Amino acid sequence: MDFSLGTERELLANSLGRYLADKFGSEARLKALASPEGWSREAYDGLVELGAVGAMFTEEAGGYGGSAFDIAVVFGEIGRGLAMGPFLGTLMAGKVLEAAGETAVIEEVVGGEKLLTFAHEPAQGPDGRAAEPVRAEKAGDGYKLTGAKGVVSFADEADLFVVMAGSGTELSTFLVKAGAPGLTVQSYPVVDGGKAGEVVFKDTPAALIGEEAKAAQIVDQAVAAGLVALAWEGYAIMQVLRDKTVEYLRERKQFGIPIGKFQALQHRMGTMALEVEQAHSAAINAAVGLEEGGNAALRAASAAKVTLGKNGSLLAEEAIQMHGGIGMTWEFAVSHYAKRLIMIGHELGDEDYHLQRFIDLGKEEAA
Amino acid sequence: MDLKFSPEDQAFREEVRAFLKEKLPQRLSDKVRKGQHLSKADMEEWHAILHERGWLAPHWPVEHGGTDWSVMQRFIFETEIAMAHAPRVVPFGVSMLGPVLLKYGSEEQKNHWLPRILDGSDWWCQGYSEPGAGSDLASLKTKAVREGDHYIVNGQKTWTTLGQHANMIFCLVRTNSEGKKQEGISFLLIDMNTPGVELRPIKLLDGDYEVNEVFFTDVKVPVENLVGEENKGWTYAKYLLTYERTNIAGVGASMAAFKVLKEAASMQFRNGKPLIEDPRFAARLAQLEIDLENMKTTNLRVLDAAGHGKAPGAESSMLKIRGTEIRQEISDLMRRAAGSYARPFIEASFEEGYNGEPVGPAFAGPVASDYFNYRKLSIFGGSNEVQREIITKSMLGL
Repeated sequence: MDFSLGTERELLANSLGRYLADKFGSEARLKALASPEGWSREAYDGLVELGAVGAMFTEEAGGYGGSAFDIAVVFGEIGRGLAMGPFLGTLMAGKVLEAAGETAVIEEVVGGEKLLTFAHEPAQGPDGRAAEPVRAEKAGDGYKLTGAKGVVSFADEADLFVVMAGSGTELSTFLVKAGAPGLTVQSYPVVDGGKAGEVVFKDTPAALIGEEAKAAQIVDQAVAAGLVALAWEGYAIMQVLRDKTVEYLRERKQFGIPIGKFQALQHRMGTMALEVEQAHSAAINAAVGLEEGGNAALRAASAAKVTLGKNGSLLAEEAIQMHGGIGMTWEFAVSHYAKRLIMIGHELGDEDYHLQRFIDLGKEEAA
Repeated sequence: MDLKFSPEDQAFREEVRAFLKEKLPQRLSDKVRKGQHLSKADMEEWHAILHERGWLAPHWPVEHGGTDWSVMQRFIFETEIAMAHAPRVVPFGVSMLGPVLLKYGSEEQKNHWLPRILDGSDWWCQGYSEPGAGSDLASLKTKAVREGDHYIVNGQKTWTTLGQHANMIFCLVRTNSEGKKQEGISFLLIDMNTPGVELRPIKLLDGDYEVNEVFFTDVKVPVENLVGEENKGWTYAKYLLTYERTNIAGVGASMAAFKVLKEAASMQFRNGKPLIEDPRFAARLAQLEIDLENMKTTNLRVLDAAGHGKAPGAESSMLKIRGTEIRQEISDLMRRAAGSYARPFIEASFEEGYNGEPVGPAFAGPVASDYFNYRKLSIFGGSNEVQREIITKSMLGL
């Protein structure tokens, strides 16, 4: 049994954490949110330079890490520092490229020359129905894509998109370049900080990644890697909210005593602390599962997302409640951590979705 | 026991519906339904429409411009205007200061201030909380010292809702620092345009400005602006808070929001079928409906008792707790219904006349902002923790 992350990973965590704390603290982040760009490319570039993206991928694929625990370390620091950037999209898109041996593309992203995102979710119209899957047609040596994807992380800023086309056993993945003919992006800010966009393809030239109609399992594992990332990001945010709430319960006085003296609040604080530890364990399980691969990866990832959804909402809501009015303000960091934590629940399927998936995967395993 | 509407109640409901159909501007109900921001002018417009009909302050006595409605009629009225997506009546003058003046104000004060609330001459805000006095409101420090025919006020209030629109603020101030802290508080009406009053907006987590800090530096307030007796303000404040808490249950507003939620869940597809058919979502929706129906009857019982002269005590704390929990659960399910589309944050779409390209499901635009904004419900008006203390204190007597 060994729960340590290893010296190298700890060094990476320290350097990412220090960079974010020094260069991208609470005030700098608020400034970036208020800027016309709505985020800080500079902070993103700084993290890439320190190896945040390189650590996500194996050496063979052009990175210098690639294990589930490398991902854990990077996303833990992203959570603790509330870093903004297409990290999650880059991870999942890069995992698809990694599986296909597309090293040249990964090297460009690791080197910070190109920004990579993942267009996987069907767009939805005002009637709440999902668009048809993106359709791919052969055109000469390559393919042409037609269809729409929704809430694509940093769509307007990205240089490269990995796009899921088709569905089920017909699923394929393609690489599309920003500015390609027939590609349009409607960009907007997201409530938890950063950007996303609606992406429409109309006979847009695209290059096949890997084999046609064989991407389902690869995408499943890439998304599982994304869930591991969210589990560690969410866990780190929960730690921050727990610590800030403890500090506030010690400091804030009402009725002549620190509010932490009230037993009702002590008990709730105790529950928060317990659920943070459970979320940590779920994140560890998900990372171990991802290393194992196959059904184990998917099941542990879903288990982590269920835990993250439930425990994350509890931590976010209780942190705000115990801070009172001050926890509701824009200027105070608690609200921004809470917003990110809640919105993590909205990425890659919510806890209801993953609870069902956990049940279904369990049946598959038993069969 | 009979919970059915009498024929008179039904006729009254039709009357309210006809009024809303004729007089509620579509422009306003559209904004409310879409969760867009209401301007000061929007709120004033709706107040004027209600005032013209004599329905702005139904709970006031007839001789001051109120109505003689029964408890049931008031409930029907509140429910109908909420279900029609009418703007909420701004409570500070009509529902908070009004009842205090009616009970504790002098004749001069009633005759001067009450008509000005109704015709919109004054916009009131509430000066209760301070940075060091939240849940422990009685520890407030803003000081008023009597000098001749004036009080000189120094201190700071915070979380002043819609203070940016107000020209008047009713404040709890300390007029005596000796003895029990509750016994040195007075209730003072202050003109915001007096020299020394400064307002600073606070930006909330959803990016919106609805609360403020208010600073007082040597502000001169005429003694005739003292309500009731000096050092008796805590009694008046508690009376007001009890009123605030029956309002805070917001059953009508929750019924309207629940309807919107149900429509959204019926429309929204998840994994190839309507979300409302998802067993987990359907279970939470059903639980919510049950809680809301129970709350409706609890609220009616409290109102009925109040109508028979029984001042609501712990019951109004119960209404506050469960009423706000229900509203928060609705906003929680709304954001969950939107899935990934809860994240897009297009601030311009919260303003009237936005005609940008729609993003995602029609209902999704404001769901995240609403969810985060409604965290305030369990904090303000006396936090839900304080409400629970009030309930148990009244039972345990320890």
